[in-house]
Amino acid sequence: MNGQDQYRQEIHSMEKQKIMELLYEVKDPEVPVLSILDLGIVREVKVYTEEDQQKVEISITPTYSGCPAMDVISMDIRLKLIEKGYRHVVIRQQLSPAWTTDWMTEEGKNKLRSYGIAPPNPKQQFCITEMFQEELVNCPRCNSTHTNLISQFGSTACKAMYKCLDCTETFDYFKCH
Amino acid sequence: MQKHLFTYLLHLADNALVLGQRNAEWTGHGPVLEQDIAITNISLDLIGQARHFYQYAAKGFNQMAAEEKTAADQLLPRIWKSYGRELEEDDLAMLRDEHQYRNLLITELPKGDWAFSILRQYFFSVFQFYQYEALQCSTDPDIAAIAEKSIKETAYHVRWSAEWVIRLGDGTNESHQRIRQALSELWMFTGEFFEASPFETSLASTGTGADPAAIKQKWMDAVSVVFSEAGLDIPVAPALQSGGKKGIHTEYMGYLLAEMQFLQRTYPNAQW
Repeated sequence: MNGQDQYRQEIHSMEKQKIMELLYEVKDPEVPVLSILDLGIVREVKVYTEEDQQKVEISITPTYSGCPAMDVISMDIRLKLIEKGYRHVVIRQQLSPAWTTDWMTEEGKNKLRSYGIAPPNPKQQFCITEMFQEELVNCPRCNSTHTNLISQFGSTACKAMYKCLDCTETFDYFKCH
Repeated sequence: MQKHLFTYLLHLADNALVLGQRNAEWTGHGPVLEQDIAITNISLDLIGQARHFYQYAAKGFNQMAAEEKTAADQLLPRIWKSYGRELEEDDLAMLRDEHQYRNLLITELPKGDWAFSILRQYFFSVFQFYQYEALQCSTDPDIAAIAEKSIKETAYHVRWSAEWVIRLGDGTNESHQRIRQALSELWMFTGEFFEASPFETSLASTGTGADPAAIKQKWMDAVSVVFSEAGLDIPVAPALQSGGKKGIHTEYMGYLLAEMQFLQRTYPNAQW
């Protein structure tokens, strides 16, 4: 590797670092406390030079096939990067391996809880077709485990609706997926 | 992309889109708010799955050689041909005519009452679950990826609809009566799931597609378990209604498309 290539590679990795910080500012439009990095949908960031132009390629994976937030997220990523002067941005959609709530960061789970949404349980527990399973979900407000499922589908595809029998609040649970 | 694969992708997409459209008719009409939201969330999942298949079909078509494109001509939307641009997912969903749709007849039947929609969803979701399970191992990496993504959503649909079948079957006299009525109307359409069309047979032989006949036993076993909980009997009547995979549809299909496609046909290429 010659000196120029090495120099370029260093620039690219510094740029990648900067882009990751910018991506941290892009939020899930449906759950605005979560950044897309907390959510675990950014799979790859590539910075490379082609025809003397610096290009950025970002791979994201959808949470749910029909999630309308995905189009908005792609647009927000593009806008954020353009705002900071990155002109050649390609956003790719990657389906496999399929997104799972296990990719959500611990920080993301804590943010969800303080926002009033119960964070997802580990995936192995409940992503099955077995019927009438009682899933243990803690109330994000009073932390009680004395909760009841109201509906497996909530205000968005990724959430279920629960009610806390102690503090009587209804709340969303981010389903394991 | 070969014509058989193109047809198969349309078939998978059409099933999801048409049932998604039917379920969406419950928006604002569900028996209770939470279940209204549940069935329309299922719509959203199905329409999202349909989009993935249409996107792949459109991309594959655009890369076809000229003679392959000619072979697929019968499935292409007439109006799109006048646009003079590449094929897109929306053209496939919004501009094809009734006889160009390859969905199963069961998906296009009117929504009926809650019991009817539930039982239809259950029959379909169990089938789709095993179909995706097989397609996860498809030799075509795009199909395998879509199946891997979708099966997680379908697992929730199976669970939700199975619980409702039991709730209605083992519920009040009225709910039991209604789901029995739904069963007598729906059963005849379930045979079509497992009846392999020429494009399915061809793709199953290469490992690209799933053989629907191989799903029958698993489907029967799953349905038997839920039916015994629900107090329902598997009908002995033969399930002979078919035609959707050949483009021969029920009288309801035209009305569904008229409503779904109205905007794109009246205002071509409209975006909103």
